[in-house]
Amino acid sequence: MSLSLEQVSKVSGRDTHIYTTDLTLEGGSLNVLLGPTLSGKTSLMRMMAGLDAPVTGRILWNGDDVTGKPVQKRNVAMVYQQFINYPSLSVYENIASPLKVRGLNKATIKKRVNEAADLLKLNDMLKRKPLELSGGQQQRCALARALVKDAELVLLDEPLANLDYKLREELRQELPRIFTESGAVFVYATTEPTEALLLGGNTATMHEGRITQFAPTLDVYRQPVDMRTAQVFSDPPMNYLSLSKQGQQIQFGENQNIPAMGALANLPDANYTLGFRPNHTLLEKPDTEVMNFTGEVNVVEITGSESFIHLQHADSRWVCLTHGIHDIPPETKLSLYVDPAKVYVFDADGQLVIAPNSEVN
Amino acid sequence: MAEIHLKNLAHSYYPNPKGDGDYALKKIDHVWEDGKAYALLGSSGCGKTTLLNIISGLLHPSDGQVLFDGVDVTDLPTEERHIAQVFQFPVVYDTMTVYDNLAFPLRNRGRSEDLVKERVMHIAEMLEMTDVLKFKARGLTADAKQKISLGRGLVRENVAAILFDEPLTVIDPHLKWLLRMQLKALHHRVNNTMIYVTHDQTEALTFADQVVMMYDGYVVQIGTPQELFERPAHTFVGYFIGSPGMNILPTHIDGNLAKINGLSVSLPDSYKFDADKKIELGIRPEFCSLSREEGLDSIPVSIKRIEDIGRHKIARADLAGQEVNVIVPEGISITDEHTHLSFDASQINVYSNDWLVERGAQS
Repeated sequence: MSLSLEQVSKVSGRDTHIYTTDLTLEGGSLNVLLGPTLSGKTSLMRMMAGLDAPVTGRILWNGDDVTGKPVQKRNVAMVYQQFINYPSLSVYENIASPLKVRGLNKATIKKRVNEAADLLKLNDMLKRKPLELSGGQQQRCALARALVKDAELVLLDEPLANLDYKLREELRQELPRIFTESGAVFVYATTEPTEALLLGGNTATMHEGRITQFAPTLDVYRQPVDMRTAQVFSDPPMNYLSLSKQGQQIQFGENQNIPAMGALANLPDANYTLGFRPNHTLLEKPDTEVMNFTGEVNVVEITGSESFIHLQHADSRWVCLTHGIHDIPPETKLSLYVDPAKVYVFDADGQLVIAPNSEVN
Repeated sequence: MAEIHLKNLAHSYYPNPKGDGDYALKKIDHVWEDGKAYALLGSSGCGKTTLLNIISGLLHPSDGQVLFDGVDVTDLPTEERHIAQVFQFPVVYDTMTVYDNLAFPLRNRGRSEDLVKERVMHIAEMLEMTDVLKFKARGLTADAKQKISLGRGLVRENVAAILFDEPLTVIDPHLKWLLRMQLKALHHRVNNTMIYVTHDQTEALTFADQVVMMYDGYVVQIGTPQELFERPAHTFVGYFIGSPGMNILPTHIDGNLAKINGLSVSLPDSYKFDADKKIELGIRPEFCSLSREEGLDSIPVSIKRIEDIGRHKIARADLAGQEVNVIVPEGISITDEHTHLSFDASQINVYSNDWLVERGAQS
């Protein structure tokens, strides 16, 4: 099973929602569309479903051209951010509804509904009406209905966004298992990098109507092809520093410079942007060779076990995530240290030049 | 600015409540200090919005009083309580400029344009909005609109408190960071009493001086983020705070030895419990570690699953039928051969019928 988008684009009036895009998704795979609001996630999904026709290009299902084939004639299931259930039907009837439409016999329907209810822990609620359920249970009912169809393509558009934080955590843990047990192509849209990491699978990062990268989720996180991708796939945001490499020095800000160390030493002289993640900053100087920067504290957020120190470094805002409680007053000058093995380097066009050494596994 | 006293406060949505079960908000008596930031944290249906609505005056409590700086405001309508409110969805006039939006509450009260200008410029500067004052609100991003909502509350003089009801729900993750930081910086500057309702632990912990943790209508703990993390007063707090939450393991304790399905764990303190009590150990995934070799106090586990989430990994281990989550720091390798689990003993909490047993309380 596979879904391919070939040279697909979507324009509406003067607005381009999706620039020319190629993408192939395999059966049994979970594919995350990660990007901010209005980056094109929903537009792309609507074309995959057959709800909208692309302006250019073709959509292939197992190699067959299905462009323009309406959604009713495709075996597609969708789940939206807003829970959609039939309010007058019981949970059982809600889950059973797509099977009834297909005219399956009662025994088969019962078996399939019970399987889906098992998977989503709805067994005790089958007789209730959706509005008697909590938000999380309502969304699980919508998910069960999508799964029971045995659809070949399942599209989930920010399905957990309206749920409580803890419930999201539990469902995120269950969803990958549900996905692998089905054989369908799953597409899951989210704005949250953490959610993509928890779900695993593959991730396509989206920015202003374009897919910037598509690869296994951790590969995209560890080796983002460009600054846009790194930005979309970081939470807290990555810290950036514009610099100029000249010989054995890197210069930044107003006449500040430090030695070009690590992989930076071997780069040709040019302008670059350095990027490093907030969890890769140190407040104490280690024994190894490190880059040293000084910033001014804006505000510190404490989570109970960690501190997010927000710093102003010249024109940039940086976040430094450290273990322990560091309640540092605003406007304090703070030294921070960055291991050169943990930095990303992007060239003047924002393309990745160096990624941190991959960690051993 | 005001101190808020919730005096013997409780609320039931039924006309004649009978037992505790009929109360959406169980009885509380708390004084919230002037100028501090409080977060009301809990899952949906826990009573946090009920409490917020009582403070804002949208709801009249069935029992007790609300006092602002000692003055009973229980019967006052919202508009006479001098509070600013920010809701999930921004409340702005799309066709007006940012300046006119911010000026609206003052002009409505017939203030002079000189005063309006002074206040609007002051607030705009604090919210980092001076360069968009001439723009129509319509074209702005969700986070900018949320700042206007906040600014319209702040622009009035003598705001007693600022109330936030899930204000970051519609904001994208990147802008959440920025807006959260600006809110926090703003709190340092204006020193208003702030009350922030959310189900998101990160928002609550990072925003608040004091987190008010609610569960099933009860306030189960009020404490600093550190207290909630290290010493959760109730197993629910342990579960709710942290991702994943605290491991809660049924156990039998005899003296300073805890047994989990026959496996022994030494405790830093000694305990004695009645046989009918439900006793559990609470240990956060951050304070668990896995190794290949048996250690002094290690217990055998099997690894069921390892999830790599970039910053760290979460190992899901099986301890004699109990799931135990372990957070493995980035850069440390982990395989299913890591079958020995150790706890940082100083970070083990003991619970009796779901409530924390204070250390040294029994000896």
